[in-house]
Amino acid sequence: IHTFLETECRNCYIALVIWTLFKPLNADTVRTEAESFFDMLEERRRGSDISYALRTFNAQPYRGATPTSTCALNRMVLESQYLSYIIQEVAAESEEPREVILEDATGILDEMAQNLQLRSIRLLGFIMNKVFQSVFRSIYVNEEGLTRLQQAIQEHPVILMPNHRSYMDFLVLSYIMFTYDLSVPVIAAGIPLMGMKLFGEMFRRAGAFFIRRGIGSDKLYWAVLSEYVRTIVRTGYAPVEFFVEGLRSRTLKSLTPKLGMMQMVLEPFFKGEVFDITLVPISISYDRVLEESLLARELLGVPKPKETTGGLLKARTVLQEDYGCMHVCFGTPLSVRDLMKERVIRVQYNLIPRDLPIKPNKETQEFVSGLAHTIVRLQERNVVLSPWNLTAVVLLQNLQGIDLDLLTHRTLWLRNLVLRFGAHLNWPKHLSDSEVMSSSMTLHHSVVHCEKGRVYLVEELGPGPVSQEEGVLRLAAAVLVCASYRNPAVHVFTRPAMVAVAMTTAVNNRTDDIIRHFNFLVELFSNEFVFVPGQTVQDFEEGCSLLQLAGVIVRSDEEMHVTEGGRETIVFLRAILQPFIESYQVVFRYLCEESSQTFREKNFVPNVRRFIMKLLIAGEVQSYECLSSDVQKNALSALLRMTAVTKTKVEEQNEFTVNTAAVKRTWNFLRVKAPDTADTQPRSTSEEPDDTR
Amino acid sequence: MASSSNSSAQNRLRIIAGHLESRAGVAAQECKAEVPGSSPSRLTPVPKRRQEIMKWNGWGYSDSRFLFNKKGQAEFTGKRYRLSGLILPSLKDWFEGTFGASLQHKSPAAPTLSSSAVPPPNMNEPFMEDLKAAGIAVSRDTEDRVFRAHGHCLHEIFALREGRIGRVPDAVVWPSCHSDVEKIVELACKRDVCLIPYGGGTSVSSALECPREETRSIVSLDTSQMNRILWVDEKNLTAHVEAGIIGQDLERQLNERGYCTGHEPDSMEFSSLGGWVATRASGMKKNIYGNIEDLVVHIKMVTPRGVIEKSCLGPRMSTGPDVHHFILGSEGTLGVVTEVTMKIRPIPEYQKYGSVVFPNFQQGVACLREVARQRCAPASIRLMDNDQFQFGHALKPQVSSMFTSFVDGLKKFYITKFKGFDPHHLCVATLLFEGDRGKVLQHEKQVYDIAAKFGGLAAGEDNGQRGYMLTFVIAYLRDLGMDYYVMGESFETSVPWDRVLDLCRNVKERIVRECKERGVQFPPLSTCRVTQTYDAGACVYFYFAFNYRGLSDPVHVYEQVEHAAREEILANGGSLSHHHGVGKLRKEWMKESVSGVGLGMLKSVKEYVDPQNIFGNRNLL
Repeated sequence: IHTFLETECRNCYIALVIWTLFKPLNADTVRTEAESFFDMLEERRRGSDISYALRTFNAQPYRGATPTSTCALNRMVLESQYLSYIIQEVAAESEEPREVILEDATGILDEMAQNLQLRSIRLLGFIMNKVFQSVFRSIYVNEEGLTRLQQAIQEHPVILMPNHRSYMDFLVLSYIMFTYDLSVPVIAAGIPLMGMKLFGEMFRRAGAFFIRRGIGSDKLYWAVLSEYVRTIVRTGYAPVEFFVEGLRSRTLKSLTPKLGMMQMVLEPFFKGEVFDITLVPISISYDRVLEESLLARELLGVPKPKETTGGLLKARTVLQEDYGCMHVCFGTPLSVRDLMKERVIRVQYNLIPRDLPIKPNKETQEFVSGLAHTIVRLQERNVVLSPWNLTAVVLLQNLQGIDLDLLTHRTLWLRNLVLRFGAHLNWPKHLSDSEVMSSSMTLHHSVVHCEKGRVYLVEELGPGPVSQEEGVLRLAAAVLVCASYRNPAVHVFTRPAMVAVAMTTAVNNRTDDIIRHFNFLVELFSNEFVFVPGQTVQDFEEGCSLLQLAGVIVRSDEEMHVTEGGRETIVFLRAILQPFIESYQVVFRYLCEESSQTFREKNFVPNVRRFIMKLLIAGEVQSYECLSSDVQKNALSALLRMTAVTKTKVEEQNEFTVNTAAVKRTWNFLRVKAPDTADTQPRSTSEEPDDTR
Repeated sequence: MASSSNSSAQNRLRIIAGHLESRAGVAAQECKAEVPGSSPSRLTPVPKRRQEIMKWNGWGYSDSRFLFNKKGQAEFTGKRYRLSGLILPSLKDWFEGTFGASLQHKSPAAPTLSSSAVPPPNMNEPFMEDLKAAGIAVSRDTEDRVFRAHGHCLHEIFALREGRIGRVPDAVVWPSCHSDVEKIVELACKRDVCLIPYGGGTSVSSALECPREETRSIVSLDTSQMNRILWVDEKNLTAHVEAGIIGQDLERQLNERGYCTGHEPDSMEFSSLGGWVATRASGMKKNIYGNIEDLVVHIKMVTPRGVIEKSCLGPRMSTGPDVHHFILGSEGTLGVVTEVTMKIRPIPEYQKYGSVVFPNFQQGVACLREVARQRCAPASIRLMDNDQFQFGHALKPQVSSMFTSFVDGLKKFYITKFKGFDPHHLCVATLLFEGDRGKVLQHEKQVYDIAAKFGGLAAGEDNGQRGYMLTFVIAYLRDLGMDYYVMGESFETSVPWDRVLDLCRNVKERIVRECKERGVQFPPLSTCRVTQTYDAGACVYFYFAFNYRGLSDPVHVYEQVEHAAREEILANGGSLSHHHGVGKLRKEWMKESVSGVGLGMLKSVKEYVDPQNIFGNRNLL
């Protein structure tokens, strides 16, 4: 705890800032905010597509921007001092002439660069207008958010930071921006998207720029990319949009942020090249995502289809489905300058020519990381849940099927709980509870069906008699699809649920012991759920205060107790985390009992999957979510972070070495303890994670 | 404005000096020290009782001030300056428009000094008696003491205008030569009295403020009576001068012999040679003549340990660290500079002003950078931003003929319509060339050619000259602002070339933002200019001013904004100061500016030279 508190102090400033951002919400504020959403499709449905696409686009750009053509922008990048310095370095290292490297750089830039054109935006707008009107019932946008964004765009370079749940995300955002006369952003996209014939080029002209995956140590590529991004921010060319989670979340749960792009967009501010940068967290919530059926397949090891035009055209059948509503919530713009105050001493940049590459110091890195995590949490805050998300939480705890009446009852009970926990919930006002249930079950007919008043998960039908394994996989697929509707809501429960678990794993009711267990859980699961680094005290306080607010626990200075009426909630909350805990346990078990001491990265998922499959069939493991490759990889990353596993590079491949004793210690700590074993071992395990912070 | 050598020098003098002859001087006591070849003409332009010709609670001469007359037109009184006696028709609109101020809302200063507001002197009587015995002029007069208790920081002047007086010196002493100073310092050490050297009194770093925590008697050592040119060496082109002489007198007296120092800081009407040395001053024409550290050949300073000086007048020495650099910038913490040998130059044959209009500030900075790269900077080159350009326009005197106003209109049309310059973005560089005629014209062409590459258009000599005149009257303007709820200040920095634009933008915006956050109702004036070019960077000067009506503690707001602006400068790679010095105002940043070791070095010098802290103004360290 002591070492932990020290890290705490170092981060106390940012913690303070973030704490102020997270003022506890109450039901009133939730309700008023929910009211300020309006359906943008309603207006669109009344007008014609053509006149929409051709209307005068009259955006108020950033007032500090100097109008720059895409050509001029690219030239600025290629002629920059920074790039020429790197080119010189690379040329010296590779012993190739400078011209060759410059050509490489030009090639990289050509592949990467966007070519934003209003014409293409109009064309895309025309198409989107049609598509969105057919697949979505409504697209709700928060009006105040739009107003704030409009203001922010004029004042400083703006970075749009949406969560990433669907391919639709960036299309929808550009569509909204175009519709409401806001400067259309340039968007960091994955290179596979570029590979799509026709569409790749269209996206490029709609402002997408393409980044390769796994850039690794390609110095020249990093240099071109970072200079490109910085130049866009510095010149205020257009708002920059990127997904701080790095990838589209296959589980629809928030991903821990990636820091590379974040560092790049912030650097012009660190170096004083712009007065301020405005970050706008954006939360996009879908009733139902278009990729629904693909998600589970990917997680279970059926590879995702390559992004091809053909694939997209096949998706036309997908487009005939009903996907309900979506919500786009533009969060409060954040001033990087305000967030940073004097925390990062910018003077560090003063003694080095600013065009030379500078490795950010520890302070800066911590700030960037804290900020990125904060953004993800702010995205979570503004996610709008649907009744279906709550139903999914209940269903996952009743895989054998549940009576509709009970399901309705439990969903309603959960509604009260999530509102107390401050979630935004889009509960239809004019419908009765049973109508709400049936309408969401109709929308999600591919996930659940109701038979004789009892609700079951829908399993994919295949040919004829199936093997045991296939049976397990089919059920697992159904569970994972259902889980992907629980996951957008999981952040609401994370902290209180972790307190609930810690209260069980701790030996007694003493608060400091519970905190120790809570800290361990945060450490262990910080690849699974998003926690702002160094803010565990606040996380614990948040979890506790929500539980107290809901009357689930009582707390004195030294001890915490579950109230009589709170038992049910505690059990329920623990059950939410149980699949994750079990998955980690089973991975630990695999590493201790089955795996060889060292193994290749590529072999890990297939082997652990085979192992889990056996245990599932044998009935030794309960949760089908253990089969998700996502959770398996996260468990491995957690061990890596806690140095129970080490990674080395052998013959261009990642190889892992297991420290079995350390894994066992961690595993042990996750168990519900008998009082006597509890105090000796955990101490060492809990210190380890703290030290690796 | 091109003219032959004599009339150009005269002209420049008129601008800055005015009518010295009419001033009544209090004759200084003859110094007993025999100085061979000492200057025969012994004018004493700065009287001991400075308040007789200068404002006690504002800038400059009492007869010169801006005011809005009964018609609501601005005018500048007196006869000293080119603007004196003229009507400035557009100033009112600019003033009201820029600050949201109104002529209806006045905030007049307390008219006279109330002696009851001044704390009674804390006399060290033995010291006073010793001085008397030594025959050194001394005063306990309240007005004399108050006059020397401040520089010209905004908070200092604002307090005076409100009649608030803090700790003031307990006495004023006027040495008339080096040996007088030696005596005074010796006595001060003996009697443990705190000495604060006082030259021109133009400090803008709180350097002259008496430290509140000082319990000893504080005596202000006024150097103004040590003002003779002791000799001029025409073979080596040097002059040996007493350090109390003020800039305009030094220049005028040298001019009479056909020479000049070329050192022209904006404060040269009032600031003294000793003050320049003690603060590392910079002159506007440093491109030709150098800054003060380039100009001095020899310095004599009296310290509690004794006199420090070099043994010869060699032009450069390798004798360990240059001890002059302990003195330059010591800000009165080590001793009193009494005599300086400095370089002189023959008066240039020809002088020519000029100006260039650029479509925007970026282009202007790029041009200055190129001029510096080619090392062809004229004697002075300054770039004003758009706000300052408009400010300059507001100070245009009433045009006498229809024709001039027609020509002005035509020029404006040409620049904004024909050349497509946006009047809200264009900015102007002012130039001053000096030297022999042929070379000046050649040089001028070179600079204008470079300017053209950056979209610059020559905009005439008149604009250039007006730009320079402004620097002398701007301080008077602040007093006008304070009559109508507007307070303002200037500050400066130096910064590498690649950061100039970013620093200017960020600092200006920071000022605007800070004002807003602190409840200033109307957006402030936040403007800058690049005033000096160097090989590796530039000096940038900021003005900021705002309407403080409705603020309960305007000085506090102003101080917070200024503090934030300095933080911003440092974060953007600017220096703590280019030439104003540190004083007490910027002391808190000294350590981060020069490192802990650096500060320790300076402290150890202070420790050795002045262990009793006789020079206890507590500047710098």
